[in-house]
Amino acid sequence: MDVFRTLTGIAAPLPLANIDTDTIIPAPFCAVVGRDGLSHGFLNRLRFLPDGSEAPDFVLNQPAFRRPAILLAQENFGCGSSREHAAWACKAFGIRCLIAPSFADIFEANCFNNGLLPIRLPRPLVELLMEEAMRGANAPLTVDLVRSRIARSDGQEIAFAIDPHRRHCLLEGIDDIVLALRAEAEIAAFERSRRRMSPAELARPALTVAGGPLVGSDPPVCGE
Amino acid sequence: MSAARTLYRKVWDSHVVRENDDGSCLLYVDCHLLNEATSPQAFAALRDAGRRPRRPEHAVAVADRAVPTDPGRAGRLIADENARLQVATLEANCREHGIPFLGMAHAQQGIVHVTGPELGLAQPGTVLVCGDSHTTTHGAFAALAYGIGTTEIEHVLATQTLRMRPSPTIRVILGGNVPVGVSAKDIILALIGRIGTSGAAGHVVEFDGPVVTALTMEGRMTICNMSIEAGARAALMPPDARTHRFLQGLPGSPPAAEWGAAIAAWAALRSDDDAAYDGEIAFDVTDLAPQVSWGTSPADVAPIDGVVPDPSSQPDPAKRAGMQAALDYMGLAPLTPMRDIAVDHVFIGSCTNGRIEDLAEAARVVGRHRVAPGVRALVVPGSAAVKRAAEARGIAQTFVDAGFEWREPGCSACVALNGDRVPPGGRCASTSNRNFRGRQGPGARTHLMSPAMAAAAAITGRFTDVRELG
Repeated sequence: MDVFRTLTGIAAPLPLANIDTDTIIPAPFCAVVGRDGLSHGFLNRLRFLPDGSEAPDFVLNQPAFRRPAILLAQENFGCGSSREHAAWACKAFGIRCLIAPSFADIFEANCFNNGLLPIRLPRPLVELLMEEAMRGANAPLTVDLVRSRIARSDGQEIAFAIDPHRRHCLLEGIDDIVLALRAEAEIAAFERSRRRMSPAELARPALTVAGGPLVGSDPPVCGE
Repeated sequence: MSAARTLYRKVWDSHVVRENDDGSCLLYVDCHLLNEATSPQAFAALRDAGRRPRRPEHAVAVADRAVPTDPGRAGRLIADENARLQVATLEANCREHGIPFLGMAHAQQGIVHVTGPELGLAQPGTVLVCGDSHTTTHGAFAALAYGIGTTEIEHVLATQTLRMRPSPTIRVILGGNVPVGVSAKDIILALIGRIGTSGAAGHVVEFDGPVVTALTMEGRMTICNMSIEAGARAALMPPDARTHRFLQGLPGSPPAAEWGAAIAAWAALRSDDDAAYDGEIAFDVTDLAPQVSWGTSPADVAPIDGVVPDPSSQPDPAKRAGMQAALDYMGLAPLTPMRDIAVDHVFIGSCTNGRIEDLAEAARVVGRHRVAPGVRALVVPGSAAVKRAAEARGIAQTFVDAGFEWREPGCSACVALNGDRVPPGGRCASTSNRNFRGRQGPGARTHLMSPAMAAAAAITGRFTDVRELG
């Protein structure tokens, strides 16, 4: 799990609301069994024209914003599909921090699980940062997770709130799986106390492992 | 005296393994559904960490989104090598760990959220997860069902738990009388149109009211399925006699000897009378018309007897720009009557509307008509079981006789991961759940609607009010 403590970098503005994960990483780029090679797929259909050349007017193709470490976005960033490829693609592109008024739930969790820091700021503050970025000052922001502050190029600071657990994990490079495995005794105790089998366990005899035809009669098709 | 609890809280409380200092919990996962697109990296990471699935017997895997839907696919290798590798990787992972794998040749294969309920894997009062956002579907059975990312899949495989914070709740009361020609799909599209794609953001939505009671389980699944498009974290509906009838005898359901006790226990799975919610929405369906989306968000919907909106009448400049951009992408002029818009593709299928009732309704509309000239129309049954039932009931023949392509089960053109796609500039009447730019292929223009409305569009070649069809 990547550590995140402070980051200084260029913030690129993406003044579009409801950017969905199909836009962040179109489906064909998700046809992979690994996590690599997603940089080209990142916002692919905004960055490139159908003929494969760069879209000249798209903000991330402008010289100032070609490889931002920070992305400024609008409401509901990352909505739609749960594909974690969207977070991987942001990271592959070089982004380590996202700032928006809101993020979709699954995408936000995917970010934290990949050492990518999603910061929620009130819309007026995001718009302020976007305006500053679009004025082309080319001046970096510093995101300080230790102090939970964003420092603008003129030194003014914006405080932000982050879930304390998520903050702790990012600062220390801890992942949730390691933490959950420490709760082994409690998980085992819960399992002993359960009185019913999992539906999957109950269904198991009707399904064979790893392919093959159904054994026995087909379950009824459910309609009314 | 215990406090009044919502249905959500009841299912949540019964699954807390551990509450952490910060208020988050480890929740036990009863059932883990897997697919080929989101699981490979999770299994690989598990292996790299030297771990094994804690409870492989709690998991079922299905290949649904990379698989081709071509008739006769079962006897052939998947042509696309990326798709072939994804499916083969899932099969190998399942073989290694003893997880049932429903591949293309399996008699119970289908879209994970169609197959799961068919097998009774979504049970009242359970926690279910899957690496797919439409996992909310299973809330129709009062399963607390979460869509999760790949790292969370790894977490569930390793520990059989999910780390979650409790969510705020919204109660949506669906009331009024469902008009003729209006289906569950129209209801949920209209609701999302009203509350927006963030209308339920971060909340667990409990649906209730006489309209829910009147809906079939498939209709309830359609509504829960699309609740993610309003940003819901999960959706829930209380179980009732219809739920019991659907579930009785399914492989994942309590066996006969335990059935009475199960139903008795499920009676408690409803919100207490004075349970508190963070939000409440009353939605009356009485005056709804069949819905059609016009833009690039599921919230961009209009009634079939309405028009494409006019951006210039939108006061907020950012929203106006968004609307204009959507219309530019969709190639639509403001104020165009929805009924004047011609289509060249039709897709009937998906985890939203690919079940037997959906196909039956579409076939009823098709009748003896034929697909309009210039229209390519696909019907992709949501599962092999749906396909068999449709063939046995003559539904498939209706489609074939009319000139639809009758295909094999899978996600197909909903997400266009398998080669079934709409070409650039193509306009598709689709029973799926997302009309984002490029969702059905680069430059593809998707219009969301019900199976009946998609069937009507197929035979007339344009959006058509199914209530007025002969």
